[in-house]
Amino acid sequence: MTVEGTGGESNVELLAVRGLSKSFGPIQALTEVDLDVPAGKVTALCGDNGAGKSVLIKCIAGALEPSEGQIFWEGRPVRIRNAHDAAELGIETVYQDLALADNLDIVQNMFLGRERLRHRLLDEDSMERAAAETLATLRVTTVRSIRQPVGSLSGGQRQSVAVARAVMWNSRLVIMDEPTAALGVTQTAMVLDLIRTLRGHGLGVIVVSHNLNDVFAVADRIAVLHLGKMVVQRDAAGLDRQTVVEYMTTGGSGPLPTPADAGRPA
Amino acid sequence: MTRADSDRPGVVDSGAPAENVAAAEAAITAPEAAETAVPPAIVAQSLSEYVHAQVRRVRSGDSGLLPVVLALIIIVVVFEVISPNHVFISAGNLVNLFLQSAVFMVLAMAETFVLLLGDIDLSAGYVGALGGAIAVQLVQPTTTNWPWWAAIAAAVVVCAVIGLAQGTLITRLRLPSFIVTLAGLLIFNGVLLIVLALGPFSGYPSLQGLSVNLHAIADMMQGHVSPLVGWISMIVIVGGLGTSIAFRDNRRRRSGLVAPPLGVTIAKIGLIAAGGFTVVFICNLNRATVGTLEGVPYAIYIVLGVLAVWTVLLEHTRYGRYIYAIGGNAEAARRAGIRVARVRTMAFVLCSFTAGLAGILYAAYQGGMSNNVNGGQLVLYAVAAAVIGGTSLFGGRGRVANGVLGGLVIGAIYNGMFLQGLAVQWEFIVTGLVLIGAVTVDALSRRGAASSGGARP
Repeated sequence: MTVEGTGGESNVELLAVRGLSKSFGPIQALTEVDLDVPAGKVTALCGDNGAGKSVLIKCIAGALEPSEGQIFWEGRPVRIRNAHDAAELGIETVYQDLALADNLDIVQNMFLGRERLRHRLLDEDSMERAAAETLATLRVTTVRSIRQPVGSLSGGQRQSVAVARAVMWNSRLVIMDEPTAALGVTQTAMVLDLIRTLRGHGLGVIVVSHNLNDVFAVADRIAVLHLGKMVVQRDAAGLDRQTVVEYMTTGGSGPLPTPADAGRPA
Repeated sequence: MTRADSDRPGVVDSGAPAENVAAAEAAITAPEAAETAVPPAIVAQSLSEYVHAQVRRVRSGDSGLLPVVLALIIIVVVFEVISPNHVFISAGNLVNLFLQSAVFMVLAMAETFVLLLGDIDLSAGYVGALGGAIAVQLVQPTTTNWPWWAAIAAAVVVCAVIGLAQGTLITRLRLPSFIVTLAGLLIFNGVLLIVLALGPFSGYPSLQGLSVNLHAIADMMQGHVSPLVGWISMIVIVGGLGTSIAFRDNRRRRSGLVAPPLGVTIAKIGLIAAGGFTVVFICNLNRATVGTLEGVPYAIYIVLGVLAVWTVLLEHTRYGRYIYAIGGNAEAARRAGIRVARVRTMAFVLCSFTAGLAGILYAAYQGGMSNNVNGGQLVLYAVAAAVIGGTSLFGGRGRVANGVLGGLVIGAIYNGMFLQGLAVQWEFIVTGLVLIGAVTVDALSRRGAASSGGARP
């Protein structure tokens, strides 16, 4: 029911995006983007404002339909037309605003829209148990009670609840949009730990972030978008901060290969 | 009104493995978040801790039913002290007070559905009055002579259809509920006058007469059960409610789920039993000056029935959960796959439907329907009752039980002022002041929650 490990040993990537383009009328938001997301690894998606990060993750999450290109899920081509399709595959997205209802408690938020019923009434006991198990699996241990309203939680705890909700549904890939943008130092550390826990459970994780400290703290792979094009995509170990900043701001980097080459997976 | 104390359905243990859960539960009790905003029932380990947590919570502003209960006690004490011959707490007056409050209570419960969404329904007073007028007209023996149950059913169905129309305009065309229902207030005031003018009693159809159907509707407010039936029904209701609360809390405690301490459970059941006993005891005293008039009024059962059904709907079904979710964060609800427009439309249907019931009670209390009914004032009183009871005007917070208690406050002010011989202007002024107090508590509690670590908008 909760977090399932897949090991990520196979050669096939969990998610592979090939030649994905998206245009809004005359505006070309994404141009032939390739992206590989392995299971059991954290892939950071970086880029300046307007680089197309949000459009890309929305295409993967089913919130937008790509104009062109193909998405492969464990090697087979799939069409993700809406959030429901994405959920069927095991893709869950934690948007920046978290989409939590402050007046509902943690259990109610985690099951929102997918409540368990018993005799046509809400089965609170079973939902509470499952929510507690998931939070324990994710080692979210700082909340006082899972029956407290989400409005009374700290920013990091809210993020944890949103992530816990995402991983509850046998999800295989969790996309997190700017998970640390609104958080202080302690809270950020807590969320980064949570991301490592997800990786430890064998899930694929895409983290969209501006914050290179966080990116280098947690990412196994880094992909950089610039003006709608994927300019580099490789293991974090092969990149340093300065290079990534150059890619993000100019779309290229002096001594390194040209963007066109860098965009191609090895 | 005690029904609202039950938070979760009385379902049987599903038998899932609990070892893991106990560990998880132990892990997530480390204190970190703001203590004040957490309901005491979920953190207290004993009755005294529960009381302390409740006090802390009231100080922080997020107080549940406590302010309205306190307000009610103060109002009762003040009026008892100043009322001529201390007649306020007499059996006759207390029953009267309840009957005077019943329309506000039911109308406030109706309004709760839309208030929880952050909307408002200004038309509910006249839509309800229209429902009352339809029911009264349909049972007139000289014209349609419908059986009473068919007349009531027709009235509430008409009201529900009105709610559907208004709700559809509001949710599909995205018009503001304030304006649509303001238009509804005018329109259905007009329709009400047309309906009242039909038939031989132009403008003033009455429930006086020999027909069984006339009596049946009037008895909803004016009739009562025999003292013995009152006691039996009380034992059945209190016993059923108490047993289900005890079983549920016990089961949750044993399986390591969040549950109130044993002392709280016992205190809760004790309060319910004491409340039930007191109500039936008072109602069974002879309240006539000449002859005999005793027994629990039907109106109490009707109000309790509406309260029970709507509490179950709002707190134990998916639909109710979705209303709270939309009131808290409509965008989050939409992304969770909830069909927001449909849920909101249905809330307006339920509001108008329940308003229809309130209108029928109004007609029963007045012994007929007349064009004197002030639906605009009724609906404002209903909103005031809901807010005084603790339902937030900003959506997402409140229960139907709040409306019942708030309705009782308004009824008590009305009744007490009347006993004082104070004219209606003072009733308006005092009710207005109480409403200001209630909204202040609401606003302060939101601010309190925000400053104690929450991120309420």
